[in-house]
Amino acid sequence: MPALSVVEGNDAHIQVRNLNVAYSQNPALKNINLDIPREQIVVIVGPSGCGKTTLLKSFNRFLELVDGAHISGQVLLDGVNIYDPAVDVTEIRKRVGLLAQHPYPLPMSIYDNVAYGLRIHGIKTELDMDAVVQHYLEVAGLWDEVKDRLHTPATRLSLGQQQRLCLARGLAVEPEVLLGDEPASALDPISAQHIEQRLLELKQNYTIVLVTHILRQAKRLADYVIFIYLGELVECGPAHEVFEHPKEALTRDYLAGTF
Amino acid sequence: MKRRHIEESIFKALMIGSSGLVVGSLGLILLTVIAKGAPALNLAMFTQTPKGGYYLGKEGGILNAIVGSLYLAGGGTALALLLSLPMALYLGSYVRRRSRWASIVRLALDVLWGIPSIVYGAFGFTIMAALGIRASLLGGILVLALLELPIMTRAMDEIIRMMPSELEQAALALGATRLETTLHIVTRQTLPGLTTAILLAFGRGIGDAASVLFTAGYTDRIPTSLFQPAASLPLAVFFQLGTPFPEVQQRGYAAALVLTVLILFVSFGSRWLSARLGRYAIR
Repeated sequence: MPALSVVEGNDAHIQVRNLNVAYSQNPALKNINLDIPREQIVVIVGPSGCGKTTLLKSFNRFLELVDGAHISGQVLLDGVNIYDPAVDVTEIRKRVGLLAQHPYPLPMSIYDNVAYGLRIHGIKTELDMDAVVQHYLEVAGLWDEVKDRLHTPATRLSLGQQQRLCLARGLAVEPEVLLGDEPASALDPISAQHIEQRLLELKQNYTIVLVTHILRQAKRLADYVIFIYLGELVECGPAHEVFEHPKEALTRDYLAGTF
Repeated sequence: MKRRHIEESIFKALMIGSSGLVVGSLGLILLTVIAKGAPALNLAMFTQTPKGGYYLGKEGGILNAIVGSLYLAGGGTALALLLSLPMALYLGSYVRRRSRWASIVRLALDVLWGIPSIVYGAFGFTIMAALGIRASLLGGILVLALLELPIMTRAMDEIIRMMPSELEQAALALGATRLETTLHIVTRQTLPGLTTAILLAFGRGIGDAASVLFTAGYTDRIPTSLFQPAASLPLAVFFQLGTPFPEVQQRGYAAALVLTVLILFVSFGSRWLSARLGRYAIR
């Protein structure tokens, strides 16, 4: 087994301990142990079907939505196991936001998409709402494009704009961690670049975990890299180390494009 | 090569022919009802109750049946909605996709859908007799609710199942509870379809004669309480066409025309409403 800690010390935001996931008897993740450092971009790479998304979805308890998923082990968020029965799953998902592969705006106006999360969590009163909505649309880099049509349906936006709206919506509930499941893969190159740029800005304040199968994107974004193959953690560490001096033969092969 | 071309033309003709037949028969039904019913149609038909009995009388109108039908179908639809919506939301977004319980419920609903309405009527009548309830508006509403329930629920269920699960996940990912996701997102997204399901069930209810025959009865008066019998348009058609008097028969056709136009309005209304309510829906 390789060295499993991304970082030494106590600065890990998320700690994964002995995580095993199976989909109706078929193992998807095998005994994963790793630390996700705070306020960095961590990129999970690996070939399709290796368990990247499964690992990502274990961080916001989305695996529970999958029929027949069996989860054991622990995922600690600031030292608290999110799978503890006493933990409120809605609170976890509020703290750990998700940017999905394909943007799905909620069936409401642009404004309400951002305000929705604030309303269900009772974070802001309606009086402050305008300012808050504007703030997060600005952070997501969408404000200038939508400020004159906030109350039109979100579906009128282009795909790239929709993804930025989803980003604004996710940020509005004030998460600490942002998960991204190939968040730029459905977008055109310019929109993808837009999203990447936002993520690079956001790592000042958020812990970001991304899944991608595009190595060039991983190299552009990653501070830390986790390489998974067939449900097992092969290698993880600072991006420059993993990309330039991989310790494992499998990692070298993957980076060289052998499989 | 030639044989394949002939096949192509035969099947194309069959497809166009059958679609044409559907549109044609709707046109023919409308024409017949208009031709036979329109001469007897006058303002009194809409504003008065029958004079001299619905079966024999040649005067007055069918206001009793119009109002009775709206009461019956409206009440039945409202009651069915009360059970259908929770059931459809439960089946569509609460239970897991491959749940055995859900498939049992769906099977039960499909069987209920297929049961002839006269059986519902007889069933309702038996229960009412056992409870000592006479034919009444209440009895009719209960049986119509039972008749509409499977249609409404299954229609809603199909609509909700078509919704992309990513949309639900989008709300769940923000930390919404199941109930919030269902009430705020699922219903909003499927609102046009849910409206169609409600109006579909209403159309089925208002057009059904057999289920209300024993349970709601028939009367010349407009019911003023749930415990009085209520007239209905399908039965107005049925009874009036059954008389030996051509004038009364013509009034039967007029009642059929009113019923048909009512159902047409419901259909158009449902389309219009669906388009309006779908403004925010994700496609």
